[in-house]
Formats: sequence, C-alpha cells, structure tokens
Amino acid sequence: MELPFNAYGVDPYGVSKKHLRVFFEVMAFFYRNYFRVRCHGIEHIPARGRAMVVGNHSGGVAVDGAMVITSAFLEMEPPRLAQGMAEKFINAMPVASTWASRCGQFPGLPEHAIRLLEEDRLLMIFPEGARGTAKLYPQRYDLVEFGTGFMRLALKTRTPIIPFGFLGGGAAIPTIANLYGLGRALGMPYVPVTPYVLPVPLPVPLEIHYGEPMHFEGTGNEEDSVILGYVEQVKERIAGIVEKRRHERWRGVEP
Amino acid sequence: MKVLILGIGGAVAQRVALRLRDSGHTVMGIDTRPWEDAPADVEVHEVDLRKRAAEDVFRTRRPEAVVHMATVTSLRVQGEERHRINLGGTRVVFEHCRAYGVKHAIFVGRHTFYGAAPDSALYHTEDEPPKELASFPELGDLVAADLYASTALWRYPELTTSVLRVSYTLGPSAQGTLATFLRGRRVPMVAGYDPLFQFMHEDDVAAAIALTVDKRVRGVFNVAGPQPLPLSVIIRHAQRQPVPLPMMVLRQLIGRFGLPRLPPGALYHLQYPIVVDARAFQQATGFTFRYDEVQTIQSFLEAHPPPRPRREELFDKLEALGVLK
Repeated sequence: MELPFNAYGVDPYGVSKKHLRVFFEVMAFFYRNYFRVRCHGIEHIPARGRAMVVGNHSGGVAVDGAMVITSAFLEMEPPRLAQGMAEKFINAMPVASTWASRCGQFPGLPEHAIRLLEEDRLLMIFPEGARGTAKLYPQRYDLVEFGTGFMRLALKTRTPIIPFGFLGGGAAIPTIANLYGLGRALGMPYVPVTPYVLPVPLPVPLEIHYGEPMHFEGTGNEEDSVILGYVEQVKERIAGIVEKRRHERWRGVEP
Repeated sequence: MKVLILGIGGAVAQRVALRLRDSGHTVMGIDTRPWEDAPADVEVHEVDLRKRAAEDVFRTRRPEAVVHMATVTSLRVQGEERHRINLGGTRVVFEHCRAYGVKHAIFVGRHTFYGAAPDSALYHTEDEPPKELASFPELGDLVAADLYASTALWRYPELTTSVLRVSYTLGPSAQGTLATFLRGRRVPMVAGYDPLFQFMHEDDVAAAIALTVDKRVRGVFNVAGPQPLPLSVIIRHAQRQPVPLPMMVLRQLIGRFGLPRLPPGALYHLQYPIVVDARAFQQATGFTFRYDEVQTIQSFLEAHPPPRPRREELFDKLEALGVLK
C-alpha cells in the first residue's frame, strides 16, 4: 500500500504498519475462512486516486465495514486501504479508539473526509449511519434514511462514488432487539441482541457487490433539494444492487 | 532591527536570541530568570514584565519588534499567579507595544489552544475555536492570552501582530511540557489510549520564530515540524518505559512513584490527540523544519538518557561502602 509511512512505520494520520499487519492477518482469516466473503466488481474501485465507496449497513456490529476494508486490501492489486468514517463514540472508547485510528478509521467528521480525499485516499462511507446498523432481522435488506454530508463532500472534492451492496450481515448477526439504555450506559448508541443473546457473528457467507462509479457535478453548496436528488440516485443504485443480489444469493451470481 | 524578547531565560527564547543576533539584529531581553552565560551583545534585563522597570526598557530602548515568550504552563506555576503572568502579562505587552511605537509583536502560544476531545478533527486549522476548555480549566489563561493577542490584529491595525501556536518542543534542553513529561524513566499513559503527539526540535521552533521576525507576517498561524507520532512510539524511542494505567488509577498515582506531576486536565491530553495543520505558516514564511521526528527524539535522548534504576544506584552505593562486592 502506498501510504507515506515514516521510519517508525507511522503515517501522518497515525496509521501504523504494525497495527495494519495484525488487523489484516485477523481479518483475512474471517474474510476467507469464517465468512467466505464473495466479492464482485472490485475492478470498479480505481487503483489510485480519490474515491468513495458508499453502501448499505448490514448487521448489528461493524462486520460489514471490516469486510469491505478487507476486500479492498485482499482483492485489489495493488491493495488499497479503505478508510472508514466511523461513529464518533468509537473514538471515546479505550482500546477501540487506538485500534481504529491506527488502522485508518477516523470519526466521521467533514474535516477528516476532505483532508483524506484531497490526499487521494479511498473513503468508505455508510450514509445510513448508526440507524443502519440498528436494523432488525426482518429489515435486513431494507435501506433507512441516508445522510447527505457524503454527497456535498463528493461534489466539493470532485470524488467518484462507487456504490456497493453488502449482503449477509443481517443473517450473520440476526438482531432481534436493540438495548438503547444499556448502550447509553456503555457509551455507544445501543447494544444489539441476537436469539443467542450476544452479538457474536455467525459464520454465514457474506457478499459484497461493487457497482459502476457514479460521477456528480457541482460545488457542494447546492440547495438541499438538489443534494437530496443526487443522494436518492445513490440510494436507488444501492437498493437495486441489494434487491437484485438477494434473490440470487444462494443461486450464484449472474453478470 | 531592534528585537526585544520577553521570557529570554527560556531554552527556546535563548536560541531565538542567538539566531536573531547572528543574523544581524540587535537583541534585548526581559526575564525574571537569569541567563548566566548570555553573550555580551545580548542585553538582558532581570525584571518582572509587569513592573515599571520593564516599561522603562520599552521606553528607553524603543524595540521595533517584540517576541512575547513570557507565558508559563501549568506545570511550573499554578492558580492565580499563572493568570496574572499569562493574561496580565500579555495585556501589558500589547499596551507597551502600542505606547512605544513597536512595529511588530509576536505572541508565542501553544498548539494545545485547540484542546483534546474525542470528536475533534485530527488536524486543526487556525480558524477553529478552543474546544473542551471545560475539561482542562488550567489551560484557560493560556487560551485567553492567545485570544487577547489575536484581538490585537483588529484593535491595533498599525501594529503587525503574529500569533504563533507552536507544537510541543523536544531537544537537548529538555524544557517544555512534553520534554518534562518524558524526563523520568517511567512515563504514564492512559490504558487503552495512545494519542498522536506533535513535536518539533527546539532549534526548529527558534528558526520559525526568527523567520516570523524577518518576514513580518500578520495573522494567526499554527507552527509544526515533522509528522505526529503515537505517544507510545515516542516513549519507546526515547528509551523510557510506558506505563499504561486505567484512568481512575492514574488520577491517584500521578506525581507519585516516579511518575511526573500533571494537572488533572492534562490527562485528557493523554487520551486524545491535538495535532495542528501548519500549512498556512509554511506558505506565508516558506518555513521548513530541519530535524525530522527521528532526529528530534534522538537529540532529546542523547542529552537526557533515561535515569538509572534506583535499585542499581543503591547497589553501586552498597558496593562503594564495601557491603557488596
């Protein structure tokens, strides 16, 4: 990966070679052997230059994000580090905050996104935010409301959006309820509950389908109605991918 | 040009003085601390900045540029006295600058102005307000001094004001917040956190301040050198021992068992990073740092190797007594 690591193996954002090595060793096992992830359309992510992969949340914990990052690392040649715009509560949690930042996953602030895109990095964005991970099992293929910040950033920084659909997270962590009170007490939005109580992911096959890049023209200062129109296009594209692929999920992928 | 340096007794201020003198400026200084081996051509006045004698220096010497480095951190002076020095002192400086026709005032502040918070941007730009002051009230007077100095930009338009927010310094003198923190053999960390720390060699800080005098840039600027590093990396390469402790435990142990003394608010800075974007200063002055992060840590380490374990010292003494062979 072409990150500007210094003599101590740390880049200017604190991304560390040592932490990335451990992270990807563990994640490669989960990607290949545990979840047996099937990844399609990885060629749509540019080999270099700024880009945003934007997709749906699937599953009550960050399995989807971890697998998307791992797919960009394992399936691309040369590998790329997808940098997530994480929920802010992660940065306030011990251990998680250190690991997240050492692996390039920063709180979802516009300042971070602009800076990283201006340095031609690859961003991973889930516009549904925490609302998306709170989906229960019956809603696992639904999309909830999208935020609009990513679209303004894409326009401002002239960044292509690569939509993706993530499938299987809902089955891997079949959430039957979310405990919001316990979550607040622990400093997170909620704690998902599965039929077997703990939100430990099951070894269910996961699928990631990347679609063709979408380009939007503008300055990022457009009226809300214009931005919402663009966001709706991205949402429709992702919903289309999820809808198409969920029906062929157990049959094999058609081109 | 006649340059007056306030707080000339400090390690970085002395470096600024020598650098300015070497480039042909007439350098004077004010400090309550003595500068023992000050060169003969640098005039040092051992007076309190807030007293009449300091005003006399302004009145009789008529400096054209003033570098204000006479602010203190919470580690040396605490409470009301700190307020008087940092905020009262800064006010006096700008009043004297205005009264005695100074053309350029440089306020040397700190990058901790922006505060540490879990939801802060990793790189702060100059237009950001100070955040999280509530968690670190000890920093309040320094932030107020910085803001007061910044208001001189519009209050005294005839005076060119430069407000520099300088990252931590590290180097052979081992003065400054980070260097003091790293001096001992064991360095505390908050368990589960490893924030990025941004630092620069004290010679580079001096060069940046001297360059500001020469270029006479107007405005507020972040000043930084090489890229930031995680605290654990700095500690390990300074050959110190990181001691990660849970926050609750650390609060009780700070200042005891060989751990450095810190105000409670500073512990927040051991959890979350404060990193500044210094591109505006580089563009305005053309500043480039000479010492990278490796050389800077090395220079600190060479001047201050880790103290020997007490046990070893004890054995040496017992050996000297003939108790041990």
